Amino acid sequence: MSHFLKDKTAIAGIGLTEFSKKSGVSELSLAAQATLAACEDAGLQPSEIDGFISYTLDSTDEIELARTVGANDLKLFTKVNYGGGAAVGTILHAVMAVASGVADNVICYRAMNGRSGQRMGQGISGQIVSSDLIHWSWYMPYGMLTPGSWIAMIANKYMHHYGVTSEDLGRVAISQRNYAQTNPRAFGYGKPLTMEDYLASKMVAEPLRLYDFCQETDGGCAILVTSAERARDLKQKPAMIRGVVQASTQGQEQMTSFYREELDSLPEMELAARLVYQQSGLGPDDINAACLYDAFTSEIIMQLESFGFCGRGEGKDLVRDGALDIDGRLPNNTHGGLLSEAYIHGMNNIAEGARLIRGTSTNQPKGVEHVLVSSGVGVPTGALILGQD
Amino acid sequence: MAQSFRMKPPMGEDNGWWWQEAAEGRLAIQRCTQCQTLRHPPRPVCGECHSFDWDHVTASGRGTLCSFTILHHPQFPGFDYPLIIILVDLEEGTRFTSQLVNCAPEDVSFGMPVEMVMHEDPDGFRLPMFQPAKGAAA
Ligand SMILES: [Zn+2]
Repeated sequence: MSHFLKDKTAIAGIGLTEFSKKSGVSELSLAAQATLAACEDAGLQPSEIDGFISYTLDSTDEIELARTVGANDLKLFTKVNYGGGAAVGTILHAVMAVASGVADNVICYRAMNGRSGQRMGQGISGQIVSSDLIHWSWYMPYGMLTPGSWIAMIANKYMHHYGVTSEDLGRVAISQRNYAQTNPRAFGYGKPLTMEDYLASKMVAEPLRLYDFCQETDGGCAILVTSAERARDLKQKPAMIRGVVQASTQGQEQMTSFYREELDSLPEMELAARLVYQQSGLGPDDINAACLYDAFTSEIIMQLESFGFCGRGEGKDLVRDGALDIDGRLPNNTHGGLLSEAYIHGMNNIAEGARLIRGTSTNQPKGVEHVLVSSGVGVPTGALILGQD
Repeated sequence: MAQSFRMKPPMGEDNGWWWQEAAEGRLAIQRCTQCQTLRHPPRPVCGECHSFDWDHVTASGRGTLCSFTILHHPQFPGFDYPLIIILVDLEEGTRFTSQLVNCAPEDVSFGMPVEMVMHEDPDGFRLPMFQPAKGAAA
């Protein structure tokens, strides 16, 4: 029997602001722009939105956004924790609400002045001694203060174990930068990247160089989730939600899961894979394209293994075979991703997932039946499979 | 006295005792008094037997390097770059995140034996760091 959430809901609208390094407007304004754009895209009135979901890191509260865009009664409002790990988690909460009849039309949003405002990795400070603050305090006094430093610790171990090279990381960066060349919204548009450029770029946190890092972006993105029936009556081809899950595993920390026996895999992403394949009744062979979370290039190679596209340690071989490119086994982040389009904390990767189902990506591979999208790496995470109606 | 640059850990019920041990020169590892399981970072309950009773042992300070990263950017005031951050597998069996000192970046390697040196800031704040083990090759 198929899972009760499978194909009950769909992404009916996607909305994006312009992406820049200095928006000049408030984060509330970005969230409102993205929300109105998602409603316009779907052909649904903002007054019909009865649920808002964002990230705990988002500064715009649900009711502020609701008032701003002229929504009426709300039946659902919540925020999902753990940075970019929240991305498809917001969709899961929307799906559960819509499938259970709690809400009808839910906006998932993330809007941030991620470059001109509060930047990531600026350290943690505060007076209240919470368990989260204590967690970070095992790293902060040593000067381990940035996402790059935390991810590099795992990446170095993984690369050492499996013989992954700097060139392999470079291949990921270049593949996604190539996609950005057809996407005018992308930061990397008109800025091609060669392997020479990649290798010459400054070392930031060994083994990670500048081009292994995602962008810092001002912008917003909103995703409209509604029932499958309603989505069929709206303007866009529905991106059916075949499966969506959250996943956190034993020994999980935020970014610093350093105390597990093995450090050369992503247990939480393997759990997300198992759960999302179970829910959707699909497997890696059914997936034609992906938007794997890409705050860092190394995460892409590791996720190829987590999601079963290859065995342990073989992610680099897939990348060397050109798997991520448009004519490869698994075209990935065809909009440029967080590395080369924009860093909207993974929300823009979900938008590209919907485009790939609609057939409207600026790099549309042929015959896309199913797209896999993942949430943040190294944090409690999640996975989403979108499919054709 | 020199200005302190280092972000100090908050001292709560679950971790303050550990930093007090460090202040007195010791690298502590929390131990469940019921099932004797060692755990780090410290937590109020044993995940194995769910006992809230614990004490601690003092680590020998010897271990091997499990992983590392060498930080170049961004450069925060007060730290010396390139800054070598390491994971150490302590010989007692727990793992610890720290800094490697007295070692050139090109000499860092996976599995290298290391030993603790207690670092003291000009303001008197102490935290365990590691250096290549002396006489490890012998
Ligand atoms: Zn115990």
